[in-house]
Amino acid sequence: MNTIHKSRRSFLKTAGAAALGSTLPISLIELAFADTAENFTFAYISDAHIQHIEGTRFVRNWDRGLIRAVAETNLLVPKPDFVFFGGDLAQLGTKAELDHGAEIMSALRYKVHYVMGEHDYYLDLGDYWEQLFGAQYYSFNHKGVHFIVLNSIRTYDDWTFNRWPSNEQRMLEMAGLDNPNGSPFMVGEEQRNWLKSDLSKVAKTTPIVVLSHSPLQKIFKGWNFWTEDAEEIQALLKPFDKVSVIYGHVHQIQYNQIGNISFNSVMATAWPWPYPQSYAQAEQYLPKLTVPMNRADPFFERDATGWQFINTSNGNVDLHYTLYNNTARSVIYNTKTKQPEDSAYQSEDARIPPQTHF
Amino acid sequence: MKLKPIKAILLLPLALTFAMPIASADEFTDADLERWQQQFMGVVQQGRGLWTSPELGTNGVACAQCHPNAANTHPETYPKFQKQLGKVVPMWEMINWCLKNPLEGQPLDADDPKMTAIQAYVTHERRGVKLEPGKH
Repeated sequence: MNTIHKSRRSFLKTAGAAALGSTLPISLIELAFADTAENFTFAYISDAHIQHIEGTRFVRNWDRGLIRAVAETNLLVPKPDFVFFGGDLAQLGTKAELDHGAEIMSALRYKVHYVMGEHDYYLDLGDYWEQLFGAQYYSFNHKGVHFIVLNSIRTYDDWTFNRWPSNEQRMLEMAGLDNPNGSPFMVGEEQRNWLKSDLSKVAKTTPIVVLSHSPLQKIFKGWNFWTEDAEEIQALLKPFDKVSVIYGHVHQIQYNQIGNISFNSVMATAWPWPYPQSYAQAEQYLPKLTVPMNRADPFFERDATGWQFINTSNGNVDLHYTLYNNTARSVIYNTKTKQPEDSAYQSEDARIPPQTHF
Repeated sequence: MKLKPIKAILLLPLALTFAMPIASADEFTDADLERWQQQFMGVVQQGRGLWTSPELGTNGVACAQCHPNAANTHPETYPKFQKQLGKVVPMWEMINWCLKNPLEGQPLDADDPKMTAIQAYVTHERRGVKLEPGKH
């Protein structure tokens, strides 16, 4: 905790000196262990949705979100060991969008690890993305933590290969979040086999951090806040003492605890999404644990984006959110109840009107 | 249109009635109700088309990008005091704000058929929710 608060103060000081706002659409993630020499941080930027108009024109609003995240991430003190990008760099997966996004990201002074999003994938099934950013799924070890990146936004082969007259049409169909012609996300058998093999080489006491684009839990199928084979992935992760899943896609704060696995979402740099319960026709399962982010004010185009310090003290995940034009939020892993809880708003009677979504 | 035999027989005299020049203002049939619902749903479908169209504004951004299934639009709360505009407004004024800003496009007239279609779609997605005019 001390480390977290110190780093936050130093950062805000730096940011203040640079005359920036107090809110960043990024996530600073700090992993704290018994041996403080091993503590490290990483930043998390996600869901930029860089959108090509024509020629050299791109949607200004979304550009600004990513440019700001990159600029502010470069100011982080202490410096993060690396940065994750959580997927959906592009809107329609074109070279123009991926190139433009990659150019903005190239201003980062850190190593970046990328996660595949559906907006990056469904035009060419990740071919160009791979040329720019590398493998679609992989793992690595860093200072005692085992990181696993999955491409969780694949779907049934029949939908991917047989349904659409062109790759462009396939991309458009999956790009519409609420499109009834879409298809549920899944990790798939190939990656599940790889994951099983990868995990067989990891000690059960090693903290594991899994990065995916979709939630690896089932929240609302209609908007793919959903991973079809979530239970199978969870079962593979069950034998390990400390597991954290960090995901993008949902453009909102969500957190949950399922057995030994803590789930946390990160914010988008592009725009926020409604909570599923605000769609009156939806059958949805937002984790009861989640106290929602404040309702977004569209007149502040960067509202409902934010940044988080995440501290996995002893392998458990604590999040410290700073939200645009809103009071900071902290979601702390409670070692007694064994679940993440909001430090101020968790009890029903502590919540404030903007957290009520309808 | 498929009708069960009995129903078709019942409807037949009514259909003949309609063929006559004297209209009965306060009488309508199941067939009328079905037709009116079809008319409404046709406009809802036009609205859904506009809602998901990259052509509505000038930058390719569609309403549905931020409002999947028209969520977070709250048609049941209008007219209401729109805090960002500083006055009580009907829903179409807020729709025009979105057309001008995130979509970088032109506003629509209040009685533009496109505006009607958008509002029909948004309201349809919100069906079943009780009216709460003025609620923020």
